[in-house]
Amino acid sequence: MNMQAGIKLTAAEAALVDIYNEQLGELPGDGATLLARDTLLSDLKKAGLPTRRVEAWHYTDLKALLRAVPAFVRGADAGRVDPIVPGSAVLSVVNGKAHARVMQEGITVRSYGEALLDGSAATDLVARDGDDVIGRINGSFVRDGLSIDFEDGLVVEGPIEIQSVQNCGQVNTRFPVRFGAGSKATVIERHLAVGEAAALVTSVTDVTLADGAEVTWIIFQSEGEADTHLAQFKAELGADAKLRLYVINGGGKLVRQEIHIGVTGEGADLTLRGINLLGGESHTDVTFTVSHDVPHTTSSEVIRNVVLDRARGVFQGQICVAQDAQKTDAKMSCNTLLLSDDAEFSAKPELEIFADDVQCGHGATVIDIDHTQLFYLMARGIPENRARAMLVNAFVAEIVEELEDETLVEALEGVISDWLEKHA
Amino acid sequence: MLEIKNLHARIAEDGTEIIRGLNLTVRDGEVAAIMGPNGSGKSTLSYILSGREDYEVTEGDILYNGESILELDPAERAAKGIFLAFQYPVEIPGVATMQFLKVAMNEQRKARGEDELSTPDFMRRVKEAANELQISPEMLRRPLNVGFSGGEKKRAEILQMALLEPKLCVLDETDSGLDIDALKIVADGVNALRSPDRSVIVITHYQRLLDYIVPDTVHVLYKGQVIKSGDKTLAHELEANGYADIIEAAA
Ligand SMILES: Nc1ncnc2c1ncn2[C@@H]1O[C@H](COP(=O)(O)OP(=O)(O)O)[C@@H](O)[C@H]1O
Ligand SMILES: [Mg+2]
Repeated sequence: MNMQAGIKLTAAEAALVDIYNEQLGELPGDGATLLARDTLLSDLKKAGLPTRRVEAWHYTDLKALLRAVPAFVRGADAGRVDPIVPGSAVLSVVNGKAHARVMQEGITVRSYGEALLDGSAATDLVARDGDDVIGRINGSFVRDGLSIDFEDGLVVEGPIEIQSVQNCGQVNTRFPVRFGAGSKATVIERHLAVGEAAALVTSVTDVTLADGAEVTWIIFQSEGEADTHLAQFKAELGADAKLRLYVINGGGKLVRQEIHIGVTGEGADLTLRGINLLGGESHTDVTFTVSHDVPHTTSSEVIRNVVLDRARGVFQGQICVAQDAQKTDAKMSCNTLLLSDDAEFSAKPELEIFADDVQCGHGATVIDIDHTQLFYLMARGIPENRARAMLVNAFVAEIVEELEDETLVEALEGVISDWLEKHA
Repeated sequence: MLEIKNLHARIAEDGTEIIRGLNLTVRDGEVAAIMGPNGSGKSTLSYILSGREDYEVTEGDILYNGESILELDPAERAAKGIFLAFQYPVEIPGVATMQFLKVAMNEQRKARGEDELSTPDFMRRVKEAANELQISPEMLRRPLNVGFSGGEKKRAEILQMALLEPKLCVLDETDSGLDIDALKIVADGVNALRSPDRSVIVITHYQRLLDYIVPDTVHVLYKGQVIKSGDKTLAHELEANGYADIIEAAA
């Protein structure tokens, strides 16, 4: 690729370019795939990493925050861990290398690395728009991932856990997933670190729900304290499709999780529940957009944040309702429990409504532990610290309980209370 | 059991004095009824006994088994055996009722230097007590007090009382909002706990509850003071004639 003279790159930008040039020969794919990678990287280099002047990145100045970029480490092997929900079917991704395997009938799993190699994935490797830095970095460096297909009408019992585990270096993965018409499944997309070494993880998940599909998708991120995690979850919802999306952040040093949903079929419903457990010196940004493109669709978004220490959190939520999308019902709320004076959370809800017959609303609040509740628990003999911990836990557990599936609720409440016990 | 001496207390936030020189003694095993018009300070007294921070004691003392409890926080008082059945039990979404019961029972045991309950032992105790109070397992699966009807909330308070086995029980208008059947269930629950080493303070508006939980003494609270004390006949007198005469006589 052409090096353009005269552009001053930050250390991280220069590292991205250098690593790309060094590793080009071993990134899967040539021809169309390579061309797509080249385009993404040269666009990245031209635009540079975004600063706060780019509106979509206003609260996350990536140029300033991303200081260094670790390179891919050949042969790194983080091993595997037990799934969150005991008995889940696990699809394992270790240091970015995916292990496609045969699943129950009706589920087809393919290695995304192969799709990159044979060029069939080249058309995926494009940016969403001019600000899509995650798409650009990931598309330049992506090595592997899994393409998963659920056939029409398939009902899957028990969760499937996509377990992406790393202990160092770089992880760049993609997960295109299609849920056939009327299919039902629960997928846990888990990103975790088992080592202390700094890593850069980028991941793009691209989900399609055909008509009438009902999907619970849970993203649980628990990267290491030194890690950068840049992820994107995209979904399109067909007619009467239902997506329940839970996004739980409980790790990483610099995290950006984007969620972009297109509600494109009449009667479709999106439920987004976000839990951000933020501690230490971390910076975590959840940026969400949903576009209601057709009439009679619904969405509801609830984000709960617990922020400790010197952590910083961001939620940007944008609901767009197209002119034709009459009778849209969309509600968004973001509540934050700030547990330290140095903790910070910025919420930016946004409504862009072009239809006139809709019900849309949003609210953002910063709250404190409820003193009446605290007194009630203490009046039953529960010491203050324990009572406070129970109430912090309750603040987020409340939205986990909406899942209703008892084993799932128990497993997620377990990871949340573990985090709180360790950090709060 | 309990000795309240010349107690003065005010709302911490704005300094309004609510309890104005209150004296009250409750002996071991005694059931004392506190009656009085709305706003006379009955709930405030119950909160002060439990150690709620919103109130400041400015004068006087509260002795529990001979020791002042003013410096103890609510959890320490509870561990020593003081229990308040709230007039308005608090809803706590996200806290499962069973988990709450288990934590409360075990924390109190821990504070007293006793071993934690085993899970089967805990389950058995809850089941038995819930049965007595006609509390369904389904109700116990809900978050604490969330979606409970008024009567269910009051029964849940008595369930907690039965499980925690306190020494001093304060019931703040436990009868309000109960129909006659629920009232009987609650009264039976309280009566089952009566014992020579356990005292009960029943705060109520109405004689009705006192037909079922028969008090040893009755005290009239007005403007933050006990203005008259007597035996159970005082409650009947109040029922028949109202508070006006007593208030006038005390003025
Ligand atoms: N935390 C508080 N803030 C403001 N006013 C209070 C507070 N607690 C009690 N009061 C006032 O003190 C008085 C006594 O209240 P309360 O103890 O609830 O009476 P009772 O239970 O006898 O009806 C009332 O006038 C009430 O409004
Ligand atoms: Mg009252």
